[in-house]
Amino acid sequence: MNYPETRAAMSALVQPRQVHKDLYVSPSIYRLECKHLFSNCWLYVGHDSQVPKKGDYYTTQLADQPVIMVRHTDDQVHVLYNRCPHKGTKIAIDRTGNTGKFFRCPYHAWSFKTDGCLLAIPLKKGYEGTGLEEAEAARGMTPVGAVHNCRGFIFARMAPEGVSFEAFFGGSLSSLDNMVDRAPALRLEVVGAPLRYMHKCNWKMLVENQTDTCHPMVAHESSAGTAVKIWEGMEKPEGTPTPPAMEIIAPFMSPYEFFENMGIRTWPNGHGHTGVHHSIHSKYSEIPGYMDALIATHGEEKAKAVLAENRHNTVYFPTIMIKGPIQQLRNFIPLGPDRTLVESWIFRLVGAPDELLARTAMYNRMINAPTSMVGHDDLEMYERAQEGLATQGADWVNVQRLYEEGEDLEQEAVLNGTTERQMRNQFHAWLKFMTMTMPERAAQQREDAE
Amino acid sequence: MSDTLATTIADVTRDDLIDFVHAEARMLDEGRFDDWLTLWAADGMYWMPLEWNQQDPIHETSLLWEDQFMLRLRVERLNGARTFSQKPKSRCLHVLNRPDVDLIDNDKGRYRVVTRMTYVETRLDEQFLLAITATHDLVWQEGLKIKLKRVDILNCDAAFGNIQLLP
Repeated sequence: MNYPETRAAMSALVQPRQVHKDLYVSPSIYRLECKHLFSNCWLYVGHDSQVPKKGDYYTTQLADQPVIMVRHTDDQVHVLYNRCPHKGTKIAIDRTGNTGKFFRCPYHAWSFKTDGCLLAIPLKKGYEGTGLEEAEAARGMTPVGAVHNCRGFIFARMAPEGVSFEAFFGGSLSSLDNMVDRAPALRLEVVGAPLRYMHKCNWKMLVENQTDTCHPMVAHESSAGTAVKIWEGMEKPEGTPTPPAMEIIAPFMSPYEFFENMGIRTWPNGHGHTGVHHSIHSKYSEIPGYMDALIATHGEEKAKAVLAENRHNTVYFPTIMIKGPIQQLRNFIPLGPDRTLVESWIFRLVGAPDELLARTAMYNRMINAPTSMVGHDDLEMYERAQEGLATQGADWVNVQRLYEEGEDLEQEAVLNGTTERQMRNQFHAWLKFMTMTMPERAAQQREDAE
Repeated sequence: MSDTLATTIADVTRDDLIDFVHAEARMLDEGRFDDWLTLWAADGMYWMPLEWNQQDPIHETSLLWEDQFMLRLRVERLNGARTFSQKPKSRCLHVLNRPDVDLIDNDKGRYRVVTRMTYVETRLDEQFLLAITATHDLVWQEGLKIKLKRVDILNCDAAFGNIQLLP
């Protein structure tokens, strides 16, 4: 069905303890998300270390919208829609490159400054007296509504008007701060290309799974449980080092109690994280030299405080997750109601020993790759759910674990680590940002009512 | 292949190397993973780079960089009762071009074979194809063993769904 673009229609799909399956399967809902939700929220674009020099650019998508992130001549990072204002041709196709001082469209050679302003048109006299200055095309490449650089992480809001960056993220930025504070030089750098993993499922399934602490010991028994079994059965002469696989994968088999006690924190606007008190990253071995480098930057007390945080997954609603303790960011790019591209990026802690980067890269390939034994079972669950939701047997998806009557999702809270409050928090934010730019009722309905 | 060793470490021939690569692919295609594990040196590594011409498997993301513990885990997982993404199981087929033997050094017991092949994997209604170049660095350890298998995927920069078996 085609959903009316109204608050009333959207509100009917989100209840406190359950959400309608059409949030996951309806093409109409996906189109409305692209128009409203993704436009009103702050989305992650890229990291400024991907465009270190003036004229460096990186192309990506904000939901269904192709954009270019580019370092302008004033050293600021700009985000422009990737289309020529003339005929629509994408200006840049390479995933990364350097364009010099201006972009030049490969079709008719219209050129633009790296902030998008129209610079020149060949044979311009052909437009004399035609009123080109009044045309949309004369405004050049369109920038997104707003851009914010948060310690190197570039976010954009496509809507020209809306909630500010600070108001949107609030206290949740402590997770991003912690990840950057782990670098002795207080700076991160992207390393290499991201893993690109195509999921035939709705983007929300992936985002919900980031704080789903009741699935690892079930869905991942085949990898984590088998790893533990092999290790326990092996003959281990004195001094046999624990294989890296054990350090990374085995904690997935921790019992329910471990996940209950780790805690979940939620912030307003759909953000939240697992691992308040400890996490599956808590027991990683120390890397020689790292603590000293961090103390030189922060002093001992703060250095210890920075490393004492072991936040597991922090969801920045709507579409990214970061892992501070291992410097990783996953970007869930919604390409359709049943299609999500997952990009998994890794970062170097500038000034830290290379062994940390080796662990970061190892985690990425073991857990997030299309070849990952852990990823295989996750994707299997998402795709089975996407297919299962097509049935007429039931209309709702349940999210009521540890629900409390009258819970206020506009307040920060720390709760039992197996609560589904963070999922409810995401749907609360979904409704808020989806309907922020919708009328309560359609014009015709309003007239009928009056 | 000869069972006896002369003054050189081994007397491996070109045909021995080509047969080895074919036999390895056939074990994977027939799902004889326990046999396949016996082909590896104790410190053998399986590398599938993420980027074209990638040089560093450690400090950049790879698709696979797996030691014998990880490969054994992979094999045991494929046989497991609760391996949900393998219910039903995938099947694969390696269609090999004639391998190029780039190095035969029987004095040092070192060999390199480069093989272009098409890799096909299927499960339920889905089937995908990868064009790959497999580079086998082999060593003589009372038989040929894999020291490093590097698998370069032609479209390594594309987005993939699950790749569940071993190209």
